[in-house]
Amino acid sequence: MSLDLFFQYLFAGLTYGAIYAIVAIGFNIIYNTTGIINFAQGEFVMLGGMISISLMEFIPLGYAIAAAVLVTMGIGAVIEILFIRWLESPSVLRMIIITIGISILLRESALHIWGESIRSLPYFYGNEITTFNLGSVHISPQVVWVIAACAVMMAGLSLFFKSTPIGREMRACAANRTAALLCGINTRNMVTLSFMLSAGIGALAGCVMSPITYTQYDSGASLAIKGFTVAILGGLGNSLAAVAAGVLLGIIEAFSVTVVPLAFQDAIAIAILLLILFVKPHGIFGSSEAARLKDF
Amino acid sequence: MLKIRNLDAGYGKLRVLKNISLHVKPGEIVAMIGANGASKTTLLHTVIGLIRPMRGEVRFLGQATGSTAVERIVASGCALVPEGRQVFAPMSVEENLLLGGFILQKEQGRAEVLKELERQYELFPILRERRQQLAGTLSGGEQQMLAMGRALMSRPKLVMMDEPSTGLAPLIVRDIFQIICRLRGQGNTVLLIEQNAKAALGIADRGYVLEVGKVILQGPAADLLANADVQRAYLGREKIA
Repeated sequence: MSLDLFFQYLFAGLTYGAIYAIVAIGFNIIYNTTGIINFAQGEFVMLGGMISISLMEFIPLGYAIAAAVLVTMGIGAVIEILFIRWLESPSVLRMIIITIGISILLRESALHIWGESIRSLPYFYGNEITTFNLGSVHISPQVVWVIAACAVMMAGLSLFFKSTPIGREMRACAANRTAALLCGINTRNMVTLSFMLSAGIGALAGCVMSPITYTQYDSGASLAIKGFTVAILGGLGNSLAAVAAGVLLGIIEAFSVTVVPLAFQDAIAIAILLLILFVKPHGIFGSSEAARLKDF
Repeated sequence: MLKIRNLDAGYGKLRVLKNISLHVKPGEIVAMIGANGASKTTLLHTVIGLIRPMRGEVRFLGQATGSTAVERIVASGCALVPEGRQVFAPMSVEENLLLGGFILQKEQGRAEVLKELERQYELFPILRERRQQLAGTLSGGEQQMLAMGRALMSRPKLVMMDEPSTGLAPLIVRDIFQIICRLRGQGNTVLLIEQNAKAALGIADRGYVLEVGKVILQGPAADLLANADVQRAYLGREKIA
């Protein structure tokens, strides 16, 4: 493999890896406050893309994206309030099945509203064939947008969790929900907030990736599997590890085309997921001790 | 301050507290002693709202709390130092204390929270030294002090402590009980739940003895300490007449 080709693959891997990492962080935020895996996470990404594409007809790109993120956050809040909030100490399995139900509901609604057609946002800068050169490597500006947006989101989230009172309260909920209640924190509101936050970052990821990957009513499902693989690979609940695991999966996928046909790309993520679940279910960065304390 | 009348409570269909009545007056330390499985923790959880009463009532400051949400009961001035500390392990000591000040911040603003934080650091100087350390890395005694400090950050009218001496070395237990004594000196009201009957009754004004979900004895702490049944069952002393 030539060095140019190597870097070309590397950048493709980084781009997808950043997206997977964002989806995985969405999983982690909800997992940390509720202990459940929200399988509707991929649908938030799809909704972000679809809503912004529809809004593009009426308002400029930037506003459309901002509005799509806000609308998706609203949808996240409504879902939590309608389906999760009123449950009295539900079992983990029950909540997971509810989120799978929600994902089907969202997907079918999207099919009803937008149909089967494949859509996409326009490139934020230039068009499909605009590239700039880094040495002899050609990079699409949209790739830079995706990586930059993901990096900004990760930095913003870590700042939010570390240094704002609400972020601190959400971490308290994640660390010990009973103790958070005893401090007078309304943990139910924190769960709603975590759904909004996950929906928001998912939607934003859905917008920036739409020009490259396109958006369809069912594009959330495969993203959810990739994001879930990354979340497990990094160790559930650990967002920093999710970034590393996301980039790892993205790069493995990108380089896999040199070994196996492109059609098998999705199979690789699933193979890794199975392998991890069999061999090291607490993730490559997670400790087995912490994993034993988790519900599953 | 706290009045419990004919209370039954439990888990699912299991009734573990049977017909409990007790009261706590402002400014006193009340000790509730009893062996493992006497349902002492269940009682505190019912007062704070984690468990709902099946029958009877709990009144805090004259308000029935039977269906009030936990965070509301905490906001009304009732604090629980839970069994096993339950500190926020992955967070720093200072963050733990600030979270304890959640209610205070909402009601009186950040300046009061910082003032209260300073008071906790004076009460527990070791916490000031460890303020940037993760709570999970503290020793058992330090975690107990952190849990107490966190509960006190809300300036509660009633502090309930669930087994503060569990798993601590005797010298540290002495420190903890001295601090509880000092809390009363500052005008706090304490409901203390303990297996360590001697230490608890030693600092308490009044006491209750709980056995398999029922109050079997009550009275001034000194009387309970002298009571032959209590001595035999909880102090390991058999008086041969």
